[in-house]
Amino acid sequence: MTVFFSARHKFPGFEFDIKFEAPGRGVTALFGPSGAGKSTVLAIAAGLLRPEQCHFGIDGVVLADSESDLWLPPERRRVGLVFQDARLFPHMPVDANLRYGLRRRTAKTIEFDTVVELLGLAALLARRPHTLSGGERQRVAIGRALLSQPHLLLMDEPLASLDAARKADILPYLARLPAALGLPIFYVTHAFDEVVRLADALVLIDGGKVVASGKLSDLAARADLPIATRDDAAAVLDCTVAEHDTGRGLTRLICGTVNLLVAAQPIHPGAKVRVRIAAREVILAHGDTRGLAESISLHNILPGTVRSITADAARHTAMVEIDLGGPALLARVTTDAVSHLELAKDAPVLALIKSMSVEVLPIVEEY
Amino acid sequence: MLHALVHLPLVLPPVVTGWLLLLLFGVRGPLGALLNHFFGIRLAFTTAGAALACGVMVFPIMVRAVRQAIDAIDPGLEQAARTLGAGRLDRFWSITLPLAGPGVLVGVTVAYATSLGEFGAVITFAANIPGETRTLPLAIFSALQVPGGELAAAKLSAVSLVLALTGLLLSEFLGRRMNKAAGR
Repeated sequence: MTVFFSARHKFPGFEFDIKFEAPGRGVTALFGPSGAGKSTVLAIAAGLLRPEQCHFGIDGVVLADSESDLWLPPERRRVGLVFQDARLFPHMPVDANLRYGLRRRTAKTIEFDTVVELLGLAALLARRPHTLSGGERQRVAIGRALLSQPHLLLMDEPLASLDAARKADILPYLARLPAALGLPIFYVTHAFDEVVRLADALVLIDGGKVVASGKLSDLAARADLPIATRDDAAAVLDCTVAEHDTGRGLTRLICGTVNLLVAAQPIHPGAKVRVRIAAREVILAHGDTRGLAESISLHNILPGTVRSITADAARHTAMVEIDLGGPALLARVTTDAVSHLELAKDAPVLALIKSMSVEVLPIVEEY
Repeated sequence: MLHALVHLPLVLPPVVTGWLLLLLFGVRGPLGALLNHFFGIRLAFTTAGAALACGVMVFPIMVRAVRQAIDAIDPGLEQAARTLGAGRLDRFWSITLPLAGPGVLVGVTVAYATSLGEFGAVITFAANIPGETRTLPLAIFSALQVPGGELAAAKLSAVSLVLALTGLLLSEFLGRRMNKAAGR
């Protein structure tokens, strides 16, 4: 189950040439600076923009293929699109807006009541779009798109026009969609926070090209990608809650071969959580784990090997990518520290992380 | 070309429009002869002819109003409707028409009120036959031609004023109500 997308088009002064494969379930974030071509991907996938060359299909069902001159119009694609500006129909109440797509489909797997509950729309049904707040409008727009029974949902910066408080309101609703509906979602954004909260897979786009694509946890831990130059560059690890140590007030998380101790979390064992470890919070050291553990307050001392070092000459720092035997970490250190520790590719190293530096992201409610 | 043709009556002297209609739809005119021969319809110098002359004169006003109303609709809404599975005709009925409705209605009302005042084209094409093709302004003009007809003219003018005012107020009122229904 995958979504295959490839398209090429020459715009005046801009060449668009994007090709990637995304998982058939869950959120794939399309991330990059504005003008990179992210929204163009959505316009092509929705069928609103026809490029010179294109091949696009979901689960082996081809929706567009320039070789065989196939181009399904938007109304026959069953690809839902949530616009940045909601675009609710002003002459219909919320209820009619939600049912607009639903009434036009025969096969109905996503039910009206499910969507109303999932997005908290019950109180809004009788309202007119112009009486809704920005966040409410977006929730209705998402519901309307979902009810058109899409095989793929596209979201074009759905939170970009909202202030921080509204974003925080709507994020939990977005986060529970993938698990509840089991369909692929393309999520365009230039806010990395949203990527970390929502995405499973990531496509990095810049200048009309794909810079890298793959699992979010793999890409977030790569030192050579543009996202690693961000101040908030961080590794993203998907963990399982192993156990609580109530006596010490700690919770142990497992991520592959790695154990992480964090301040006690109100989450039952077995639950899946995502943690973010900022690159600037990771300390590197030499020596043996046991010796260090006795003399330091730190809970997380993780042995690994250096996978790569990418220097940032302007800032006199280097981004070190550390392989922890499966999962990987990023550490931003000074160039001085690199020479002092004699760090080099394949050298063994210890990554030291304070429990408080492991940011456990809000858990996605099971629906 | 069609655009220019539709808008021609707006800029052409009404008498010329009336005369052109007479040439086309007169009993000997190319279209008039056909209508008369196959359907027995006579337009020149009849009530129906007066209505046709009025219609032709105010048609561009209506076309303008409808076009403006449709152009004012955010094309993004139609795109949204497309992605939700609505075909071309479906979109027209469910999105375009309801949103253009207020504008169309105002156009129709204004056009109707204007048509009541049509003079030049009617008198040329349908003449001034009492009880048949005598429109309000024609009646006022006729009354003024007769010595002592000022009172009759004044009464007719009052009727004309009331009709025009009612038409405008009605269009304003309906337009506002429909705009409200359309959520603007």
